[in-house]
Amino acid sequence: MTDVLNALVLFANFVLVPGVAYGAQLALGALGLTMIYAVLRFTNIAYGDTMAFGAMCTVFATWWLQAAGITIGPLPTALLALPAGIVGAVLLCLLFDRTVYRFYRRQKAPPVVFLIASIGVMFMTNGLVRLIIGPDDRRFADGGRFIVQAREFKEMTGLAEGLAVRSTQALTLAVAVVVVIALFWFLNRTRMGKAMRAYSDNEDLALLSGINPDRVVFWAWVIAAGLATVAGVLYGLDKSFKPFTYFQLLLPIFAAAIVGGIGNPVGAIAGGFLIAFSEVTVTYAYKRFLSYLAPDGWAPDGLVQLLSTDYKFAVSFVILVVVLLFRPTGLFRGRVI
Amino acid sequence: MRKFLLASAASALVGTGALAQEANIGIIFGFTGPIESLTPNMAASAELALKEVSDSGKLLDGLTLTPVRADSTCVDSAAATAAAERLVTSDNVVAIVGADCSGVTTAVANNVAVPNGVVMVSPSATSPALSSIDDNDLFFRVAPSDARQGEVLANIVKDNGHDEVAVTYTNNDYGKGLSDSFIQNYEALGGTVTINAAHEDGKGDYSAEVGALASAGGSALVVLGYADQGGVGVVRAALDTGAFDTFAFGDGMFADTLLDALGDSLEGSIGSVPWSEGEGADTFAEVAEAAGVDPSSTFTRESYDSAALIALAIQKGGEASREAVAANLLDVANEPGEKIMPGELAKALEILAEGGDVDYVGATNVELIGPGEAAGTYRDYVIEGGEYKTVQFR
Repeated sequence: MTDVLNALVLFANFVLVPGVAYGAQLALGALGLTMIYAVLRFTNIAYGDTMAFGAMCTVFATWWLQAAGITIGPLPTALLALPAGIVGAVLLCLLFDRTVYRFYRRQKAPPVVFLIASIGVMFMTNGLVRLIIGPDDRRFADGGRFIVQAREFKEMTGLAEGLAVRSTQALTLAVAVVVVIALFWFLNRTRMGKAMRAYSDNEDLALLSGINPDRVVFWAWVIAAGLATVAGVLYGLDKSFKPFTYFQLLLPIFAAAIVGGIGNPVGAIAGGFLIAFSEVTVTYAYKRFLSYLAPDGWAPDGLVQLLSTDYKFAVSFVILVVVLLFRPTGLFRGRVI
Repeated sequence: MRKFLLASAASALVGTGALAQEANIGIIFGFTGPIESLTPNMAASAELALKEVSDSGKLLDGLTLTPVRADSTCVDSAAATAAAERLVTSDNVVAIVGADCSGVTTAVANNVAVPNGVVMVSPSATSPALSSIDDNDLFFRVAPSDARQGEVLANIVKDNGHDEVAVTYTNNDYGKGLSDSFIQNYEALGGTVTINAAHEDGKGDYSAEVGALASAGGSALVVLGYADQGGVGVVRAALDTGAFDTFAFGDGMFADTLLDALGDSLEGSIGSVPWSEGEGADTFAEVAEAAGVDPSSTFTRESYDSAALIALAIQKGGEASREAVAANLLDVANEPGEKIMPGELAKALEILAEGGDVDYVGATNVELIGPGEAAGTYRDYVIEGGEYKTVQFR
């Protein structure tokens, strides 16, 4: 019995808990990406750097709050600073919308032109972030770091395996749930949300029925920038803030959005968790897990690893290619790119 | 448009006029990419040496060495080759300080430096593979080969009583070379490596890597990565999940930022880093601090020495030409001759002008062996009370 418990705790510690937290981070990112795609109909390559920009604004606001001595107990101060970061990211997105994207929208440019323009915006945002905060690693997390620590867990339960849950992991999940509920409420219950969905479904019909396109575009950017900042800050709290990693985060976020069905919010969430868990489970070495479950003397000698961790990114992209081949709309019937 | 043409014609004229008193030295580091947080200090150190030489006015009747920066990106060989091409053809550099990461350094050496007869002095490329490239004696490095570091680190780990370890390395030429060398030496000493897993730099999440490493087990985790990259990500995830308590670090993991971030949890962890103790390093710290450069940052000493060696080789050869640097670099680096410390470049230039010999010691006790690479002293350290404590030098 203890062996089974040990095996379960081991699995939870190295696969379940990290997978859930990483999945929630990806899901939040993919939600914002999918919103832009649904409303503005283009793939926003600059999204990873929007996350970095929003997180950077939050880092500055956090430092200011910390210097002023304002904290919120065991929770990270960054949560208080989040609104400031969101405002910063929204302003940046609106600035680029007015100066870049609006021009192409009026020309009714094809999506690929938007995509190329967003690559330009990505490099500009990228440079801007490095110019303001620099390329270094920044830590801005404070408050309690762990809910359960591995060592304490071992002492408490007497098991051989420890379980660690970081407060940022729990926080990520909690915030993700709240944000997703709020977003669905907004899209399904409010006037603007319905207008947005109508605009997304059929632009001409929506315009005929008197929906103001400028308002829809405005709110789409506000929501996308807000989600980007929340995802960026949660990620930065869990690991650390470094501009370069946000750029790298773009790929798995894309994979999540597309696998789930781009343009579909439910799909973005499912895609986020699917990508996160496929990365962790396929490359996990099950040696220790099995040696608890197997009878004495049957413990495996090898690592029992399906694929070396070198291939973890290949895993998400194999899933991506397979999904696109057999179900181009993604798992949850998004659009065809 | 016409104004622009006139202006460029005029600047071209001025450019040719100034050529007599000026020579360009290329500095190719990864100003963007995975080690972008280290390179500004490295470049500043190299430029410090060039400025010291130029300001002294003693280099070949007042020749000025002008640094020209280029971006190696650290990971993209094509981009690094293009940047180096630009240095060699349009900026007409006499020699190149760089590149930084082993992969791009190999590409630049093979594709640009060797075909064009330009000397490269790398402060930081440590891959063992660079010892055996076909370089026509044009490639030098102030950093020692990782073949040696692997041996030193294997001894440190074994001496600390770890008989079974898990190894993770950053997936590039540096990490691969160092991990191969470490494992070979460690197994020769009777140790067992339970798993040898690569990690990619700059990725979002390292739970998968840590899961595999923890499952394989071992009394310590050997991390051969970068302190501001995937290396720290793996260490953080390993500490958070309670997978490992003790770590052994390669030189890329030596950084104050690592201690600031995780210092308390790293108690008892060990590692090796190329080090230079004594007068040279201390003098460099003074010189660098006076110029506003952070001397404790990684590879700043090596960068200063790389640039200084090029300047001294120009003086010894009597002309600012690529051939002169290639022919004289080993002479000024090694015995016999007057010992030269950082900040004493003017003195060295004088001695060379009078026909004397110098033995450049510099900030890192430069002694180039074999195919033109540093012999290397390593600091064997342990982390105690959130600080690096030296155990001994090897």
